[in-house]
Amino acid sequence: MDRFISHKVKNLAPSGIRQFFDLVLKTKDVVSLGVGEPDFPAPWRIREKAIYSLEQGYTSYTSNKGLLRLRLEIAHFLKKHYRLIYDPEQEILVTTGVSEGLDLAIRAVLNPQERVILVYPCYVAYPAVVELSAGRVVPLYTSFEEGFKINPEKLKELIKKYRPKAIILNYPANPTGVSYSKEELKKLWRVLSKEDLLVISDEIYDLITYDFKHTPFSAFKGAKGRTIYLGGFSKNYAMTGFRVGFACGRKELIEQMSKIHSFVMLCAPITSQLSAVEALNSQKDVEYMVKEYRRRRDFIVSELNSLGFKTLLPQGTFYCFSSVKNTGLSSLEFASLLLKKVKVAVVPGEAFGLPYKDFIRISFASPFQDLKEAILRIRKFKEQYLKN
Amino acid sequence: MEDILKILEENARISFEDLAKLTGKKEPELRKMVNKLEKKGVIVKYKAVINKELLPGERSVLALIEVKVSPQKDVGFDAIAERIYKFPEVKSCYLLSGTYDLLLIVEGKSIHTVADFVAEKLAPLESVKGTVTHFMLKKYKEDGVILRKKKEIKRLTITY
Repeated sequence: MDRFISHKVKNLAPSGIRQFFDLVLKTKDVVSLGVGEPDFPAPWRIREKAIYSLEQGYTSYTSNKGLLRLRLEIAHFLKKHYRLIYDPEQEILVTTGVSEGLDLAIRAVLNPQERVILVYPCYVAYPAVVELSAGRVVPLYTSFEEGFKINPEKLKELIKKYRPKAIILNYPANPTGVSYSKEELKKLWRVLSKEDLLVISDEIYDLITYDFKHTPFSAFKGAKGRTIYLGGFSKNYAMTGFRVGFACGRKELIEQMSKIHSFVMLCAPITSQLSAVEALNSQKDVEYMVKEYRRRRDFIVSELNSLGFKTLLPQGTFYCFSSVKNTGLSSLEFASLLLKKVKVAVVPGEAFGLPYKDFIRISFASPFQDLKEAILRIRKFKEQYLKN
Repeated sequence: MEDILKILEENARISFEDLAKLTGKKEPELRKMVNKLEKKGVIVKYKAVINKELLPGERSVLALIEVKVSPQKDVGFDAIAERIYKFPEVKSCYLLSGTYDLLLIVEGKSIHTVADFVAEKLAPLESVKGTVTHFMLKKYKEDGVILRKKKEIKRLTITY
């Protein structure tokens, strides 16, 4: 059977921790801090809208770019929230989640062997999508000491050395929870504006921020024309299963992305698109969820630090990236043992880049009671099974 | 402050230790704040929301009773409302705008006990001009709490 499989796919590095995931799925009574989605269901008014649209018989295709009504709402939202102006007719494309938007962007931009800078630790799909387009990954590794943030000098050097076609930014970031203030972003834009490369900015967690308001990358003067802005509904509105997101950018880029989209996806599901319109009018629900996440963040980060797992305070998302270095175990060993002994699931850091073997990703998108239970179990684990 | 009240409204039995973790404030400070709120009457009492439909054996009956009353000189509705809400059968008493004046929630052991209360205590009061009694058939949601057990939400235990 092997001979039928393409070399590109065969060579695509599989996730090294798949086995660990399978083990987690098989274990019973697990308290999981390993989930990359909200524990809330989508707010009721959004679900109700989905049900109503089905009752009304909205089950057809939509235009390739998505319902104009939704694109208008997205344009309105971006203008109101961020003072970003995108033309709903030509500069916005509704995608089946940001995952598709990212794939479209990379496919539309990259020729074989062209390079893309990825900021590590990063979401698992980025390197895979680049490789599927026969592109080459230029890793920019960030460290705990740097707060997992891009060092502008390092960025400059990498660009000079490798002449990449694009860079994928992601903030607030999965898996670190790190985000950038307006001033920090300005410094990055100062470097990027002088070079000739495209910015693909995955800002799916934009509304889940705690310490400062999110600034979209395309908000800087001159940046809009050089940025593909990717936004979505999955995390902000707890709509992961709806699979709906959007891409914004110059009409020439959106046109090419739409072309691919029209052949491989046709359109995002109409039920999800109609629900997304409702979502954009559900900011109260988002505020409620973010307030909850913030409480949990403060709790979990202070508990982890007091247990000796060094953890930076995440500025967005519902993840924190904790060091397990002083246990003497690799993250995969740590996660496996933690699961086996006290049934707590976390994601080993090496899933997000091989150099991150000293870290685990902890998601606090779980009810407070579960987080408390998890901390109790981790404490017990530390006392009984770890040397230090 | 608002934060503490929100948490207590959701779970009155939360320990001060957990409350401290959730709010980032110190325990003694929280004790002081809650004490103050109790003294001021902002926090009136702590109680459990009980779904009596699930209890075996004897069930009580709830009725919503609309009461039309004529207000009295100088005291308006307050005097007659007080006279009525002092009956232990009256669980809640509200003054409303609209076609009637007072809305009562009355609890009794059976339809008959509630009917007796209306006939013997409430209706004969001089200021009471009329009553309409609605017996409650089923409770779905009370004080923001959905009374049926929530189904567990299906999420995979681990994802990126």
